[in-house]
Amino acid sequence: MGGRFGRFAAVRFGRFAADTFARFVAIGFGRFAADRLGRFVAERFGRFVADRFGRFVADHWVLAVAALVLGYLLLPVAVVAGLSFNQPSSRLSYDFAEFTLDNWRDPCAGPGMCAAVLRSVQVGFVATAVSTVLGTLMAFALVRHRFRGRAAVNVLVLAPVATPEVVLGTSLLALLVAAGIPQGFWTVVIAHVMFCVSFVVVTVRARLSGMDGRLEEAAMDLYASEWQAFRRVTLPLVLPGIAAAALLAFSLSFDDFVVTNFNSGTTVTFPMYVWGASQRGIPPQVNVVGTAMFAVALLMLAASRLGRRSTRSSRSTRSRRSTRGRR
Amino acid sequence: MVVEEPSGALRLVGLSKRFGAVTVVDRLDLTVPAGSFFALLGPSGCGKTTTLRMVAGLTEPTGGRILLGDEDITRLRPYRRPVNTVFQSYALFPHLDVFENVAFGLRRRGVPEVAGQVRRMLSLVQLDGYERHRPEQLSGGQQQRVALARALVNRPRVLLLDEPLGALDLALRRRMQGELRRLRTEVGGTFVHVTHDQEEAMTLADTVAVMNAGRVEQLGTPAELYEFPATAFVATFLGRSNLLAGTVNGRSGDDLLVEAYGRRFSVPSARSRVDSGAVLLGVRPEKVRLVGTAEQVPAGHQWLDGTVTDVGYFGVSTEYSVRTGAGVELSVFAAADGESARIPAGSPVLAHWHPRHAFLLHHDPHHCLHHCLHHDLHDDAAAAAAAAAAAVRAGRE
Amino acid sequence: MSRSGRGRVVPYLLLLPGLLWLVLFFLAPAVQLAATSLYDPAGSLTSGYAMTWSFGNYPDAVAAYGAQLGRSFGYAGLATLLALLLGYPLAYVIALRAGRWQYLLLVCVVAPMFTSFLVRTLAWKTVLSDGGAVVGLLRDLHLLAPDGRLLATPAAVVTSLTYCYLPFMVLPLYASLQRLDPRLLEAAGDLFARPAQVFRRVTLPLSMPGVVAGTLLTFIPATGDYVNAELLGTPNEYMVGNVIDAAFLVRLDYPQGAALSVLLMVAILALVIGWLRRAGPAEAG
Repeated sequence: MGGRFGRFAAVRFGRFAADTFARFVAIGFGRFAADRLGRFVAERFGRFVADRFGRFVADHWVLAVAALVLGYLLLPVAVVAGLSFNQPSSRLSYDFAEFTLDNWRDPCAGPGMCAAVLRSVQVGFVATAVSTVLGTLMAFALVRHRFRGRAAVNVLVLAPVATPEVVLGTSLLALLVAAGIPQGFWTVVIAHVMFCVSFVVVTVRARLSGMDGRLEEAAMDLYASEWQAFRRVTLPLVLPGIAAAALLAFSLSFDDFVVTNFNSGTTVTFPMYVWGASQRGIPPQVNVVGTAMFAVALLMLAASRLGRRSTRSSRSTRSRRSTRGRR
Repeated sequence: MVVEEPSGALRLVGLSKRFGAVTVVDRLDLTVPAGSFFALLGPSGCGKTTTLRMVAGLTEPTGGRILLGDEDITRLRPYRRPVNTVFQSYALFPHLDVFENVAFGLRRRGVPEVAGQVRRMLSLVQLDGYERHRPEQLSGGQQQRVALARALVNRPRVLLLDEPLGALDLALRRRMQGELRRLRTEVGGTFVHVTHDQEEAMTLADTVAVMNAGRVEQLGTPAELYEFPATAFVATFLGRSNLLAGTVNGRSGDDLLVEAYGRRFSVPSARSRVDSGAVLLGVRPEKVRLVGTAEQVPAGHQWLDGTVTDVGYFGVSTEYSVRTGAGVELSVFAAADGESARIPAGSPVLAHWHPRHAFLLHHDPHHCLHHCLHHDLHDDAAAAAAAAAAAVRAGRE
Repeated sequence: MSRSGRGRVVPYLLLLPGLLWLVLFFLAPAVQLAATSLYDPAGSLTSGYAMTWSFGNYPDAVAAYGAQLGRSFGYAGLATLLALLLGYPLAYVIALRAGRWQYLLLVCVVAPMFTSFLVRTLAWKTVLSDGGAVVGLLRDLHLLAPDGRLLATPAAVVTSLTYCYLPFMVLPLYASLQRLDPRLLEAAGDLFARPAQVFRRVTLPLSMPGVVAGTLLTFIPATGDYVNAELLGTPNEYMVGNVIDAAFLVRLDYPQGAALSVLLMVAILALVIGWLRRAGPAEAG
């Protein structure tokens, strides 16, 4: 304990010292630069350097701010990755103690965690498959057809996105209880499909409405029947959108806690497991799962980037020209 | 007009298209002879693109019929028509390479031996070696050739070209015009070309139909249209015209006598579309000459006096704006033949022309020329109107 | 003829399954929630609830949990404002200044969302822990009393709440800024606008759709969130979500939980509509 404290104190003092020194230097140097050096430089090099320095600051401060914000976004992920190599000093401790590879060697050591991950994957696959199909069909109807009640359908599709999860979860719970339906695996799937559908519709619709409608006309003009035009032109062009929607749906389902919490009965998904464990003490293997998910996401995003590079893209010549003009 | 139909001609009979309350194409009757290069010329929104889309089967007519030879194709789905289209800005399939774009139609019809035909076509449009390129890797001119090849490889009985050169810059457009003429002689078939560019229509087509507000105003060879326009719209849309408002008040032999701005003019009755009432007397700017004094006006010419208000130098010619005493503004093109000196602005002049260069048109005082030119529905607006109309229809159901 | 007939049925066939799902599992539950909020509060899950149109459930719920309700909107509003202030520079840089790093930066924004939301929230427990570097630094800078802490304070809850929904702010902002034609900015500069004026007169107004969408996508879920308050706060930081969760899952007082849920939804709707009116007609999403 004493050693740890000593280390922390040293680290903290080091930080303090560094920070104070940096401030001192910054303020001191700033003043000096402004007063003496600035005048000296101005006299020697005219306004050239000073102007360039001012412009440099004006042009780059926003980059510095953005970098800080990015750091804020990535900090917890870095901490999760770090903690996945941590041997906590006690069950309820969230501090770094000792480096270990044990958590990665045996991620299933924590009781019930791997079963929960598996359950989440099962729910995720079913919910993704169903919501992707339903959402894609709806997106096609909304983009490609004008029909009565279209505005109402649009509202209904967007409504779950604009509803807090607590409300979604409690509503469904109220209905299930009133209807006497027991909660479990399938009610979780039902709930997940419900909120994933909206995101699928929005994603696929964006891709579909960005597609040049004349491409299908061109296909039909070139002897493709409606089905062939869909199969040979529309589908290949919309597929990346559908894939993105499926990926989104899976990540939403896999990560959902609030809605699941109200409708899971005794089914334990990974977030449910983490929630329960957070009261008793988190097994460090949880961070392994979090880190692995992050890594898988990175791989998939990289793969989609490479994929897009080879088969880019459905954008019409018009939009391409405008992006080219931008550079 | 009643003409003997050549076999295989494309005939539009009373063809109409309405989007809700907006009539875009209004009972159009048109015969495109087989094997001709036919241009539909008109301002944006005059209905020419809608007409083309109805022929292609992409827009369903509200009324009328489309005949190809003896066959009524009005209700045929687009993929059942022996008609192919070169779309405005091409609509090339971005996920397919050049070869597969061109092969698309052949494959859909299950034609055997696709590769040879595609390669022949690509070499015809001078794109050998580009088979595996994607459309986005090509320049505008190359994309245009792919679009042409993709349509022509199917040997359509009618090739529809929707503003095919609109997206290209001037030099490239000139080159592609030559290319189109060459392809036309090599491939044959009927070409129907939609454009708002009068120069393009005149250089490419053997027959031009000038469309305005959903109707054909005049049909003929480019020279016929230019030399003797049928309406004020044609006279101002195809090239430029000086139009003097007047009234017919007599006849002298083969000439009609017209009074305009307090002066008397004559026009050969063979060059008159009307023989009484309110008329417009038209003269092309290049048929008008400027002189300094009345003695210099050649015998038999008629003239108006005025002052030069503006001089525009175009190299090949000089354009003078002349404000006449009567308050009407005339345009005069003087060829840069090196014979005559430039006339400075402010000079008093006489603008004269020979009566055989004038033409006489019906004058509808309610019909505003500028309205037709500038106030017409845009193609985009037509699409919006279509959407609105569909919404209205959906709401009514 | 058959064509237009078929064309009329097709969209409904395409919509049918998805629509059915939404009606059965979103709309019907919403109605049931409203009904539940009017049930007799004297009932229980085991004895059953009677529909007594007990509108009194609403004032009762507000009297009991008004503080949590107010806190929800306060924290969510603050988090939304912070997310806007932090997210805008980042979105701006990604959209207009990143060049070929654009995709990588976007990945940096999106990828953390794939690490479980709960796990990331727990990571803040480590970051903000009493022995951690952040607390230490703040104490050394005398921004925090020597025995001051961050965990179990509103600051911790708002920090994490902002963090959780920051990507939902950045992405729509990025989308609207990315659509911006840089030539407009150059034109503004050409017309004597200083950089600050270019931003205020051109960039900001043109990115308003992104601002509206981003604030909605941040504010709405943040208001209903209770994970952050639970994990990083104490009952003093509890938001309305904590109370609803307890009402449904611990105290089993369904009418009260439902009344609070409905109140939350109605309040959010009112605020969202008000905001959309003020911020002008812009499509959200």
